[in-house]
Amino acid sequence: MRTLYPFHGGVHPVEHKRESTQLGSAIAPLPLHLVIPLRQHGGNPAKPVVSAGDQVLKGQRIGTAEGYISSSVHAPSSGRVVAIEMRPAPHPSGLPDLSIILETDGEERWIERQAVDYRAIDPAGLRQHFQDMGVVGLGGAVFPSHVKLNAGNLETLVINAAECEPYITCDDMLMRERAAEVVQGIRIAQYAMGAREVLIGIEDNKPEAIAAMQIACQGTGFEVVAVPTLYPSGSAKQLIKLLTGKEVPSGGLPTQIGVQCFNVATVYTMHRVVNHGEPVISRLVTLTGNMDEPRNYEVLVGTPVGELVKLARPKADTTGYLMGGPMMGVPLADLSVPVVKASNCIIATSKALFPPLPRAMPCIRCTRCAEACPADLQPQELFWFSRARNFEKAQEYKLFDCIECGCCSYVCPSHIPLVQFYRFAKSEIAEHEKERKAADLARERHEFREFRQEREKQEKAAKHAAKAAEMAAKAAAASGKAGEAAEGGDDAAAAKKAAIQAAIERAKAKKAAVKPQNVDDLPPGAQAKIDEIDERRAQAKETAEQSVAVQKSDKGQGA
Amino acid sequence: MSINSPLVAEKSTVNIIMLKVLAALLPAIAVYVYFFGPAILVSITLASATALATEAAVLYLRRYPLRVYLLDGSALVTAWLLALSIPPLAPWWLVVVGTAFAILVAKHLYGGLGNNLFNPAMVGFAALMISFPAHMTHWPAPDVLAQSHWNFAQQMDFMFGGALPAGAKLDAVTMATPLDTLKTQLHLDRTVTEIQSGSIFSILSGKGTEIIALFYLLGGLFLWQQRIISWHIPLSFLGAMFATAGVLHLVDPGQYASPLFHIFAGGTMLGAFFIATDYVTSPTTLLGKLIFGAGIGISAYIIRVFGGYPDGVAFAVLFLNSAVPLIDAYTQPRVFGHAGKWFRGGKE
Repeated sequence: MRTLYPFHGGVHPVEHKRESTQLGSAIAPLPLHLVIPLRQHGGNPAKPVVSAGDQVLKGQRIGTAEGYISSSVHAPSSGRVVAIEMRPAPHPSGLPDLSIILETDGEERWIERQAVDYRAIDPAGLRQHFQDMGVVGLGGAVFPSHVKLNAGNLETLVINAAECEPYITCDDMLMRERAAEVVQGIRIAQYAMGAREVLIGIEDNKPEAIAAMQIACQGTGFEVVAVPTLYPSGSAKQLIKLLTGKEVPSGGLPTQIGVQCFNVATVYTMHRVVNHGEPVISRLVTLTGNMDEPRNYEVLVGTPVGELVKLARPKADTTGYLMGGPMMGVPLADLSVPVVKASNCIIATSKALFPPLPRAMPCIRCTRCAEACPADLQPQELFWFSRARNFEKAQEYKLFDCIECGCCSYVCPSHIPLVQFYRFAKSEIAEHEKERKAADLARERHEFREFRQEREKQEKAAKHAAKAAEMAAKAAAASGKAGEAAEGGDDAAAAKKAAIQAAIERAKAKKAAVKPQNVDDLPPGAQAKIDEIDERRAQAKETAEQSVAVQKSDKGQGA
Repeated sequence: MSINSPLVAEKSTVNIIMLKVLAALLPAIAVYVYFFGPAILVSITLASATALATEAAVLYLRRYPLRVYLLDGSALVTAWLLALSIPPLAPWWLVVVGTAFAILVAKHLYGGLGNNLFNPAMVGFAALMISFPAHMTHWPAPDVLAQSHWNFAQQMDFMFGGALPAGAKLDAVTMATPLDTLKTQLHLDRTVTEIQSGSIFSILSGKGTEIIALFYLLGGLFLWQQRIISWHIPLSFLGAMFATAGVLHLVDPGQYASPLFHIFAGGTMLGAFFIATDYVTSPTTLLGKLIFGAGIGISAYIIRVFGGYPDGVAFAVLFLNSAVPLIDAYTQPRVFGHAGKWFRGGKE
């Protein structure tokens, strides 16, 4: 038995995992329309490389990664691009996102698929391949995998198969049904990162998956580790701690401690990409909750949720749907949103399954939240500071180490929506930070402009002076009298001085006279606009100056 | 789209916690009645009614939803703890004034549930102790020792009308507490052993009171088993008092009573398990709880033995209550992924 290093806290909500594992996974039917958001991953959204009217093949790249932290998206089926427009997306912000709308032709014609020998291409090439094929973390964070692969000589590669959230079983089913392929994916990740040790963490409430993985791992040296069922063991930091005893430094990366962590479904897609030449265009999605036939489905990215949920036959008293688990999931306000790479589970909610929580009461400092917090935070203090908008204090008490797992809210006897307070505080702080940076930038620009103007003025003056001196010298030379030449020196100096004075006067006059040109006889609207712009400029200048003043006074206080 | 995950939660609520605290007090109250008669039930009822009425009035003025907050049970906990801290034969208005003061001043003037710096019951107790010291010393003698026995009606006449039964003396039913006896007799240059041979003393501490203390201990263990309280405050409280008393007892057993006597005397057990553990007015960090408990244990002993009052639990609790923000700020535990052992609010 491997020694485990339990993380602090954690909770154990009712699992509700049996419901959706009674039947094996099935393939969801091809919908007529697919809605493929260009932002299905952390970082920049992909840039569309098709236009409305284009015919595309299944697996064809339709959006290409924009920058390093970005990933490509592909056509999940063959058909015609009917539009590229803003559509509702299953994102916590609830804002619509640019999406490619694909009308499927039902033929499922593939692009030419090419397997690659990952041992034959260099690591950078393999990472590029993963970016091109849209490989992102399927555990929910959808961070581009090629970025995470960019480290070598790992001590431990952790495969996250804990699947700790209630209801969700897609990773469980994946391992039960496709363990051998998962293991092939692990080989690729291990090779790419030069990992000496591979640990596969699975919560002990999934004995079938554990058994299947153990068989598939025979002879590989990979170790399947059954970890206690305790939410949030599937959070990367907590799982790494649990398996290796090492803590990812705050604000740092696992690779700093020689560890990297990939979700089990992600390594499975690495296998499909490398050994089958298939980009990431589908995933297993658990349909469960208040449904007659809860089950896992292999679902094409872009499938509208409203169509998908019908497969599991939601019960009549269904009140709504949740994407993700009940601890961290997002309620879906609009069922036209598509399944994306991040969608692991769709839960039909009902009053019986999710009774409304009691009214929030004041915090009584019982510290159950602190006992439950897997990040060793003091949630009651963070709540106090967030509510009071004392963001500085909240940061001192390590607000940004909060992983928003929801354990604190889960145990709170006062039923305070604690996580919401932390999200609020985090976003407020981020907003302040942005404003501060903008002000800094404005100040820097302003200072540079002043510096440049001063420099230009000096240069001009110097030029004029040089010219005047030259002219005076010429005049002196022209007089042709050697005796007066000495006096001429004085004259020259005086002339130079006068010329400089004149130049300065001229510059001053010019500066005073600088007026926008071609502004006579403008229509009143245009003049108003100009005035408005001038005013904005003045304001910007003022803000910049104020920020300088504030900074100065800050420094004064600091001293 | 609103983000309101998590959508599931444990069943626990504030009123369940408060009701469990009340339930944990019941066995001790039953024993109280057995040794000292039913008067305590009347003062508990009186305190409860006063607490709820005051709470309702303040909630109404503050435009808080009445039902939810009246049912949270916190006012009842305050009422019961205060009633158990003052002599059961005290006049009715003493209970009413103390409870009303606790709810109005100590709780709501500080912002109500969750916002008070000081334990409301102990603030009520301290206010009464300072304002009406004479009434606060009329502790009943255990039934087995009382020279005369009043029936319930006579007790009520005394509580509500201040009327003594014909020919009866107050001294006949009241008695100095063991701690009081110890204190006054030590001034008369008697040794602890001599004093403790008196009739009010028993194996552990005082006759009757030691059994009630034992039941407070059992109730406290129930709360610990139910995970309502952690062991940190009670154990450090009792441990620190035991250790302090133990050292002095070893040095001079004639002058200082045994540590066991001290932890079963006066308000120690009630204080350790029910009063010092009040969530709102105690530290939130584990190290902080240990410091807080130990601080109360030592302070209570010092007040009790060297101070002017026979018992010191209430004042020790209030004293340490005022230190809670400081203790919390200096004992923040290490956060996941950070170096060091713990940090002082903000600085590592």
